Amino acid sequence: MKLLASLRSLIFSSFQRSQIEDELEGELRSHIQHRADDLERSGLPRAEAERRARIEFGGYQRFKEESRQAIGGQFIETLLQDVRFGLRMMRKNPGFTTVAVLTLALGIGANAVVFSVLNALILRPLNVPQAQNLYMIQSGKDHSPHQSYPDYLDLRDRNRGFEGLAAYNISPASVDAGERPSRIWLYEASGNYFDVLGIRPYLGRFFHISDEHGPNSSPYIVLSYAYWCSHFQSDRGVVGRTVWVNKHPYTILGIAPPEFRGTELFFAADFWVPLVNQEQVEGESDLNSRTARELELVGRLKPGVSPAQLTADLNSIALSMAKTNPKQDEGLSFSLTRPGLLGDMLGQPVRGFVTGLMLLAGLILLAACANLGGLFAARAADRSKEVALRLALGSSRKRILRQLLTEATLVSLIGGVLGLAGSIAVLRWLSAWQPLPNIPINVAVNPDGRTYAVALVLALVSGFLCLMVPVRQVLRTDPYQVIKTGEVGVARLRRLSPRDVLLAAQIAICAVLVTASLVAVRGLVRSLHSNLGFTAENAMLVVTELDKAGYSRDRVPVMQRRMLDAVEAIPGVTAAGYTDRVPLGLSWNNSIVFADTTTELKTANVAAEVLAYNVSPGYFKAAGTALLAGRNITWHDDKNAPRVAVVNKEFARRLFGSTENAIGSYYKAKDGTRVQVVGVAEDGRYTSLTEDPRPAMFLPILQSPTSGTWLVVRSNRDPRQLAAALDESLHSLDAGLPLMIITWHRELDGSLFAARTATVSLGVMGGLGAVLVVTGIFGMAAYSVSKRLRELGIRIALGAQRKEVLQAALGRTFRLLVFGSAAGLLLGIAASRVLSFIVYQATSRDPLVLGGVVLTMLLLGLLAAWIPARRATLVPPSVATRGG
Amino acid sequence: MTIQAQLLPGTLDLLILRAASLGPLHGYGILLRIGQISGNALLIEQGALYPGLFRLVRQGLLKASWGTSENNRRAKFYELTTAGRKRLREETEGWNRLAAAIASALAVQPEEV
Repeated sequence: MKLLASLRSLIFSSFQRSQIEDELEGELRSHIQHRADDLERSGLPRAEAERRARIEFGGYQRFKEESRQAIGGQFIETLLQDVRFGLRMMRKNPGFTTVAVLTLALGIGANAVVFSVLNALILRPLNVPQAQNLYMIQSGKDHSPHQSYPDYLDLRDRNRGFEGLAAYNISPASVDAGERPSRIWLYEASGNYFDVLGIRPYLGRFFHISDEHGPNSSPYIVLSYAYWCSHFQSDRGVVGRTVWVNKHPYTILGIAPPEFRGTELFFAADFWVPLVNQEQVEGESDLNSRTARELELVGRLKPGVSPAQLTADLNSIALSMAKTNPKQDEGLSFSLTRPGLLGDMLGQPVRGFVTGLMLLAGLILLAACANLGGLFAARAADRSKEVALRLALGSSRKRILRQLLTEATLVSLIGGVLGLAGSIAVLRWLSAWQPLPNIPINVAVNPDGRTYAVALVLALVSGFLCLMVPVRQVLRTDPYQVIKTGEVGVARLRRLSPRDVLLAAQIAICAVLVTASLVAVRGLVRSLHSNLGFTAENAMLVVTELDKAGYSRDRVPVMQRRMLDAVEAIPGVTAAGYTDRVPLGLSWNNSIVFADTTTELKTANVAAEVLAYNVSPGYFKAAGTALLAGRNITWHDDKNAPRVAVVNKEFARRLFGSTENAIGSYYKAKDGTRVQVVGVAEDGRYTSLTEDPRPAMFLPILQSPTSGTWLVVRSNRDPRQLAAALDESLHSLDAGLPLMIITWHRELDGSLFAARTATVSLGVMGGLGAVLVVTGIFGMAAYSVSKRLRELGIRIALGAQRKEVLQAALGRTFRLLVFGSAAGLLLGIAASRVLSFIVYQATSRDPLVLGGVVLTMLLLGLLAAWIPARRATLVPPSVATRGG
Repeated sequence: MTIQAQLLPGTLDLLILRAASLGPLHGYGILLRIGQISGNALLIEQGALYPGLFRLVRQGLLKASWGTSENNRRAKFYELTTAGRKRLREETEGWNRLAAAIASALAVQPEEV
């Protein structure tokens, strides 16, 4: 629309142009004709009269040009001229142009990418109608996003502030749509889920609350658009067809619209199934338990109700719930947050991190601008003769500034477009990126209009900012002085100029970035080598869900034992064991324990929150977890034997004071059963790399059977060979067993994901910062050398040594480098405290990091100053006598 | 032909306005009229007239329209606008003051100081 209008005005004015041109031509010709008429009348022949008339008229083209300017309306003409001239100047100076455009492209590109991520995760709400009215309910002081189904029902039926309140849960399942069963991820959603969100199906229909009639009453499934396209080739006849979810028949009801990927931004699930069918989907159902808190609740606010009113309403419900169910809901409280990132659990760190990243990106652009400003100033100085000449020939300062502005805008636009193009490529890749192999985690961060607008505005603003630096210089240029001596304002070099401040600020900014990225990288490296409480090297994991392969409760332990035996028989396997989940996996089982002396099992008397793992004999050896005291779990610790547990050191310390006291002592499990501690294992990391030491207990899997099976296989064989052997041997037991075989390292990617992402982003920022330091110092050093070429020549002619020359030429630059680096280092250390929340063991007080920053900055400075320094020492003394 | 004087900068505009104030004229006509009213004492390069004319049109002091000249040729005729008339009056006063001041300054004899 806008483009069209401006195009039209361009065409119109160029049409006008030719008309004006014709008129001008006609008028001047008419003048000459009239004069010729007069001359002819005085007796000259016509041809001679016309010749004389033309001569008397004077410089025809010159007057025509002057007339054209007097007529005015030259905007586009002048602009095109300036653009042409600007492009010519840019071609003439490929070095300057490349550095300037690339600097800006980096700055703009980084900002466009980070802004797009910010836009996708924070600014843009869930992709549903009126998403600003959606709120997620969190409970307790720790703002847990997870609630239980009975609590959900209470909240849904008794609140007065929601138009509707939906519940959902993310779960894996095995789905068979006519081929082999595959393990996929889905949303279990309450019946009103789609109605609360207010979305319409792309095809068919969604399930509704009227489809729910108690447990397993609603065997319906809704496909995501992406899954429908990739697995059903967009076949419209798919609605009404049956697929098998964990061997139960489900009817395909409809297809979700393409823009709806679910209610969690990070998680693009393939299906939605009714929550009431949880037992069939997950193999077990927690819908009756008030303490099984695993549902996310999202509701739509009624018009006219404020979030504060709603919170008060929810908390009054919480009070009455606590009264009715004192055991489970005592002290319950609710708060509201924005949906999409598991409430504050993910939302807070993500928002903090992305905002921080945006700040860093802004700093990068600022540094790039400072950098470019210096470059422009240096070039304006180099071009001072040209400018002076143009001034002396009668060009106005306004005209020259306009020309410079055009050039700056050209550079910034080219840089902006390049940066944007780069960022689009990065964003496309990011949007398609699936960081984890077996879980559909990814975020759509495709750039939209906002990104383009931001990039364009940033480009123009930075172009303008860059120009501000040399403006004063141009305004001050004294043409006579410059033409006379070829120098501009030598005296001003002594003072601290804005350019020096810019460079120091820029170096400081870049030092912050370099510090931050080094701290992060070092932290990640250290966290990878820290003691996790298990050894991921040379360990392979085999994951399966036996109940999803049709094994009933009693047959599960038998099958697990057969699988273990089969795996142990594979040549090269040194140890094997199994567990219901691995530490640092994506799920954990948080349980509570009581002291043996406690009789009243209520929330206030809980001795510790403990992570529970159900493990087989041999697990510790296979996982590489050291047993510090006591005995291992054996095959005799079965259902008929007394309940026992191996606990970790932290558990022993918290409940019994020490490892020695723990052995043989008792504690009470959640249900009050007495459990004897028979062994103590080393501490480890269970939920995240950054966690504080947490108590954990390992229970004999025979005493609490689970169908989820993680076989841990230790072997020195090549992982690929081993995987093939495992696949063959396990499938010979049961060909229909859904298996996932991966190395433990690969599995760890999940828990290292956040730290890795942070490290990579910071690393990129640090890299960009380093590039800017190099170009910035290079620009400054080259400029100061070129400005003082004559002085340096004199010094060399008078016998100055290399060292003295270098000191004279670059001393200032290096002082700025040292000062800026020191300031940046201090700032970076302060900022790195924030990092330690994301990157485990990220400490800035690490001498290696400090040394690394100093060394990096020094190397960057040397690298950047190398060429100007060479130029300075090689100044031929004759330069001094040539007069610049 | 008498010796012609160089034009002071800025005075051409004044002369154009004056010439056009005596009735609509085309470019060449303005030139002739200036010659006529100044007694051919001023040296004006013919082409230099046009940038001045266009400048005055742009400032809204003159308005132009195409017509036919006494030689039966197409020509653009210029006439003063109200703003032009006002400007001519102001500039004339200014010029007279300046000229009088310069003249009196130059007329001073050593004994009068």
